[in-house]
Formats: sequence, C-alpha cells, structure tokens
Amino acid sequence: MSEARKVLVTPLLANNPISLQILGICSALAVTTSMNVALVMCLALTAVCAFSNLFISMIRNQIPSNIRIIVQMTIIASLVIVVDQILKAYAFDISRQLSVFVGLIITNCIVMGRAEAFAMQNPPGMSFLDGVGNGLGYSVVLLFVAALREFFGSGSLFGIEILALVNAGGWYVPNGLMLLPPSAFFIIGGFIWINRELYKDQVEENDFVMKPHVKKEAM
Amino acid sequence: MSNKKDSIQNVIKVALMVCLACAVVVSSASVILRPIQERNQELDFRRNILSAAGLLEPGRSVEEQFEQIEVRLVDLTTGQFTDVMDPADFDPRRAASIPEISRNLSNQEDIAGLNRREDIAEVYLVRNDAGEIDVLILPVRGYGLWSTMRGFLALDNDLNTVVGLGFYDHAETPGLGGEIDNPNWKSQWVGKKVYDEDQSVQLGVKKGSVDSSNEFEQRHRVDGLSGATLTSNGVTNMVQFWFGEQGFKAFVQNLKAGEV
Repeated sequence: MSEARKVLVTPLLANNPISLQILGICSALAVTTSMNVALVMCLALTAVCAFSNLFISMIRNQIPSNIRIIVQMTIIASLVIVVDQILKAYAFDISRQLSVFVGLIITNCIVMGRAEAFAMQNPPGMSFLDGVGNGLGYSVVLLFVAALREFFGSGSLFGIEILALVNAGGWYVPNGLMLLPPSAFFIIGGFIWINRELYKDQVEENDFVMKPHVKKEAM
Repeated sequence: MSNKKDSIQNVIKVALMVCLACAVVVSSASVILRPIQERNQELDFRRNILSAAGLLEPGRSVEEQFEQIEVRLVDLTTGQFTDVMDPADFDPRRAASIPEISRNLSNQEDIAGLNRREDIAEVYLVRNDAGEIDVLILPVRGYGLWSTMRGFLALDNDLNTVVGLGFYDHAETPGLGGEIDNPNWKSQWVGKKVYDEDQSVQLGVKKGSVDSSNEFEQRHRVDGLSGATLTSNGVTNMVQFWFGEQGFKAFVQNLKAGEV
C-alpha cells in the first residue's frame, strides 16, 4: 500500500478517530438524529480537518513551538467560521439545525489532534490527505449512527419515509430512545465492537486478571 | 535553528502574520456571503409569517406565496394604519431601537421584558376576494428564560380567534423551553380566543394541562410546557402585552369597528 493511500484509508476502520482513538464523541451524539444533518456535519468537519492540516503543515517550520497550539487554534477557528458562513448562505435550514455544533468543530479533538500529531511533522500534501482520511473516518461512524437512529427513530432515511409511522396512519411505532443522545452511545459502542471483531489487534490486553475466588474457612 | 525559530522576534512575527491572514480570510468570507445570508433570513422571516397564518404550502416558492400578503404599518398609539414610512424601508427588528419611533416602557407597562417598544409596527394582512380581512398576522415578542422570543400570531377574520402561532427567533433551552417550536404544542393555539366578552386579554399558557371540563380554559388557555415554566410565563406575558393597551389592542378594536 502506498504511503498516500495508507494515510487516507487507515483512519476509516483500522485507526478510526472515533472508535479507536475515542475522539470527537460529543458531536457524534448530538448531530446524528437525521442523515441530512449528519452528512453536512461530516462534510464540514472533513473540510476543516483537511484544510487546517494543509495550512498548518505549510507553515510548520515557521511556527515557534511555544505558541504552536494557539497558532493551530487560530487557523482552525478561522476555517470553522468560514464553513459556518458558507452553510448559513447555502444551507440555511440545515445550519439552523446544526446550530452551535458547527462552531464546536473548533474544539473537536480530531481536528486539533491531527494538526498536532500529523501536520506538524509531515509535508502539506500528506497532511491534507490525512485530514481527509480522518474526516472520512469520523463520517463513517457518524453516518452509521445516523442511519440507525433515523431509521428506527423516525422511520426514514435522508428524510424520505421508509417505514410508515403510526401517527401518520402507518404501522411503525417509532423508537423514541433513538432520537435521544444515549442511543448514540449504545450504537457507537456497537460500532466499536464490530470494528474490533474485524481488527483483532485493536483489542487491548486486560490490564489485570481477576484471581479465582478463594474460599476461606472460618477459623 | 530552533533557537532562531523560538526567538521573541519570530514569535511575534508569526503570531502577527497568522492573525492577519486569518482576519482577512474570515472578514472576506463574511462580507462576500452577507447578501446571500440576509436573503435567507428574509425568506425565513416570510416563511414564518406564512406558516403562522397556516398558509404555507410546501413545494411552492415562498416569494410567490408571499405575494398574497399585504404588508402595512400601524401606529400603535392611535391604532390606525400609517404611511409615514414605506414598509419596504421598515426593519421590524431595528424599530424598537430607533429613538424617533420608539419609547422606553415603564416597569409597570413592560410585562413582557422588552425595555423599549416601537411606535410603529409592521402587520400582515390576507384579504379575501371582497377585500375583507381573512387573516391578520401580528408580530409579537417577549422575554422567555434566556432570550427574546420573536414570532407571529395570526388571527381569523373575527379578529379574536387564533389561527396560528410561530416563532422565528429564540434561544430557549432545547428540549424544554425550545418546545415552543413543537408543532403539537403550537397546534393547541388554533381556535383559542384572545379577548373575552369584556375585551380583556385572556389568552395564555396554563401551568399544567387544560381542564377539559372548564369552559374558560377551553376558550383561552393552552397546556404549559413541562420543565419550562419561565418560558411558558414569557409566552403568556408576550400575548398579554401585544394584545393589551401597549400593543395592538387599539388597532384590533378599530378594525373590528371598521374605523381604519
């Protein structure tokens, strides 16, 4: 596998930012009640992650190490504002639903983590691909969660009705839990489980082994 | 090398350059995209007017549907239509902060937490073929728990029965006060009466649910939002204010009497 391809593909499942590194969980819980919203969020995050990696990598040799974090933050924050403005201009309804979560991409650990861990050490082209790859890794989990939540919670996908709901004269009683944040925890848990069945090397060794119970007779 | 990179001069230089570059990017994005964003807001505003009046048909363009609506300005003090300004130049969101056409409210008057009230308000009318008012849509706003809730309340041709209520801007707690956007709750408003026989404002939100055996509550009350007492009270105060003496009462009375 070529280096570029490796950088792009490994974050999808083998080194997924959400399911292995457990980063960026908060938005995965909040914006996954419908596919449309989740998809726009994924695009926004992928764009921010890719371009922040690109720009940070371009100036990585100039950034003084004692202000590197704040320089990264400034670049990420500017990109997020630009993305937010574009969404407000071209996807007004969805930007209202995403509300504060676009702004919160600034604090998304994935973007910051990749900037600090990858873009500071690697050339711009590779860093850009790494950003895209990690953005896609985030998207895989978000879309997986959103598909299940929207399907079982609202009986639809991308807003198109698939199961006829009871209150619209159909037969399907929607699962209200699916529309609440805890359900995303369960589904992400399920995703991690499947992920680790596919990639056994992700399973950590036990930190300690329980000793067998020893029966102690009373004196 | 690393010494030179970490020198104070370089730190300041890089910090300034990054700030400058980012500032240029952010401000140009904001300036270039502003016209499109304002258009979106205007469309959203109109969509809310249509939806409060129950006229919104999905699939048709909002602009086209908005053509059936007549936009007029009303002098709140006299309760008459006024032509001192062109409605196209009137910005409903700014009106209350322009000194010439607004005033401070005293604590007693200010039940909805507005601080200032404009003297001129924009109203929206739908007329039937005979030119009589079919639906009257009035802008309302009031302070909830965290924010000023802005919306529209539409009245039927008897100028007393609610046709619909909708908010286009608020920042109440999602899931609690934010439920003022819930279609099920909003649908409860339809058919309620604003004024009683004595022309005093009775419409409001009850704490708890409406007693189906109580005729008064059936006419004038909707269910409270659980976990959102302050938002519910804010909505009641908003209705009390905007249909009271400081609000559209004079205008509605004049319309009823045909003196406009």
